[in-house]
Amino acid sequence: MDSLLPYRIYANSESAITIDFGNHIDRNLNRRVLAIHHFLQANPLEGMVESVPAYSSLTVYFDILAVKKHAGEETASRCMEEALAACMQKDIAHAPDDGILHRIPVCYDEPFAPDLSLIIHEKNISRTNIIDIHCERTYHVFMMGFLPGFAYMGEIDTRIAMPRKKQPAKRVEAGSVGIAGRQTGIYPLHSPGGWQIIGRTPVPVFDPFHEPVCLLKAGDQVQFYSISSHEFEHIKSRYS
Amino acid sequence: MSLSILKAGILDTIQDQGRFGFRQFGINPGGAMDQYALQVANALVGNPFEETVIEIHFPAPELEFLADAVIAIAGADFTPFINNRKTDILHPVAVRQGARLRFEKSVMGTCCYLAVRSGFDLQPWLGSHSTHIKAGAGGFKGRPLKKDDSIPLKKNINLSEFAGDNDFLQFHWKAAPQSMDHLPENISVMRGPEWDWLTQDAKKNFIHDEFIISSQSDRMGYRLHGNDLSSGVEEELISSAVSFGSIQLLPNGQLTILMADHQTMGGYPRIAQVIAAHHSRLAQKKPKEKIHFQLTDNKSAEIIYLKQQEDLRLLQIACSLKLDEILYP
Repeated sequence: MDSLLPYRIYANSESAITIDFGNHIDRNLNRRVLAIHHFLQANPLEGMVESVPAYSSLTVYFDILAVKKHAGEETASRCMEEALAACMQKDIAHAPDDGILHRIPVCYDEPFAPDLSLIIHEKNISRTNIIDIHCERTYHVFMMGFLPGFAYMGEIDTRIAMPRKKQPAKRVEAGSVGIAGRQTGIYPLHSPGGWQIIGRTPVPVFDPFHEPVCLLKAGDQVQFYSISSHEFEHIKSRYS
Repeated sequence: MSLSILKAGILDTIQDQGRFGFRQFGINPGGAMDQYALQVANALVGNPFEETVIEIHFPAPELEFLADAVIAIAGADFTPFINNRKTDILHPVAVRQGARLRFEKSVMGTCCYLAVRSGFDLQPWLGSHSTHIKAGAGGFKGRPLKKDDSIPLKKNINLSEFAGDNDFLQFHWKAAPQSMDHLPENISVMRGPEWDWLTQDAKKNFIHDEFIISSQSDRMGYRLHGNDLSSGVEEELISSAVSFGSIQLLPNGQLTILMADHQTMGGYPRIAQVIAAHHSRLAQKKPKEKIHFQLTDNKSAEIIYLKQQEDLRLLQIACSLKLDEILYP
């Protein structure tokens, strides 16, 4: 992989800096972000609190007081920018492994898929086709956000890509599988939400009292498979 | 040995400095809205800054101490009364078992912190005691406090000798945190990564206009009412990590400021960032109050923050020494 991708490093606040590879969604860019994230997890910069990967950028949060202990006259953020830039000179070109492959069951039946009929209508495509297309690809988890355990996955086939709802739904049930643009995702908790809901999984993707608390992480791979409502109930009962 | 809730307030939660290391999983740090006031409250009772406190909004709760305790209240002033006698914020107070604490009216600010010496005896979730309401975890049973909840205290303390016949005793000395004596309207900000997406006029308006905190403001964020600052930029921004104090420009030209329970990622242009030292005064702003932004840079922001932290550290040391001297003569 190209380790010489152009980037810029900037301060977000007194206690956060970001390394940004540009304003696009691209698997290779994201792998580069994750490679640096993994490197920093194993070799944290002095004073670092955490590093957070996004689609095409990585943000490093740090403790100002801890960094200032060795920053001298420089601001903590300047010092961290230099440390991160130095880190980029090191050999962290290797893409991380493709993470864990998760096969996640989804029931696409009517009560779980309030927005499927809209997609059938708008895209002039059959229900079975939508399900086949959604299950065909292996998706890459670009980043986590929005809610605890919510994975932004992509990219879905343009034949089933749908814009976000103009007016978000007041309540989307936990486990709901949605589409927004060329992304797909699973709601870990019930929440208001603007994604088009096409099914529901009985597998919890977030459980605060289970280790690990989140099923997915950035860099993981996800493939969906279709199940009946009977199978849905059966699998769900195993988790309760 | 606990603190019992006689009547719940509108939103009473257990908080600390926040939960770190889990933003990569979409789990936001949360924590106290006013971290500075949390530090002051803890310092006053000789606690380390990371100790757990109760964050109180108005209408506030009524509480009963089922054991002796040394407490302090900092942040918003909701006119605290103990056993129907007025007490003051920013002082350590020794309370005897059976004392009842209530709050009469909100005179300043929105978030009030109640610290108890040695803290509460609760289980952390992912390394923090902050209440994560959405996740239903952390704090006290992962939810706001309710009537009849009993929050265990970590350490027993006997104040019979110290307090004599008094049911409570306010210490003479107080914290005089500068930024709490009054609540200035000026909020200092640094330019955000998308500052230059604003037009020249919008930049001027951002600095010269006043903005009103909207009633749609909560622990997640403050929405502001003000002149339309619509940027000329059509580009759609890809989501990236955001922080407490990030000021985002919404598609309708209005601003929103991210607060303690903000989501980890944001996709709106980040035009500015409230400096850390002013998070406290921002957190204490109420809906309908106005604010003015003024530009500063990272270096100046850091200097004010370091000064603030140094003052807090001195307060913490002074209070610890004094309390040890008084309580364990």
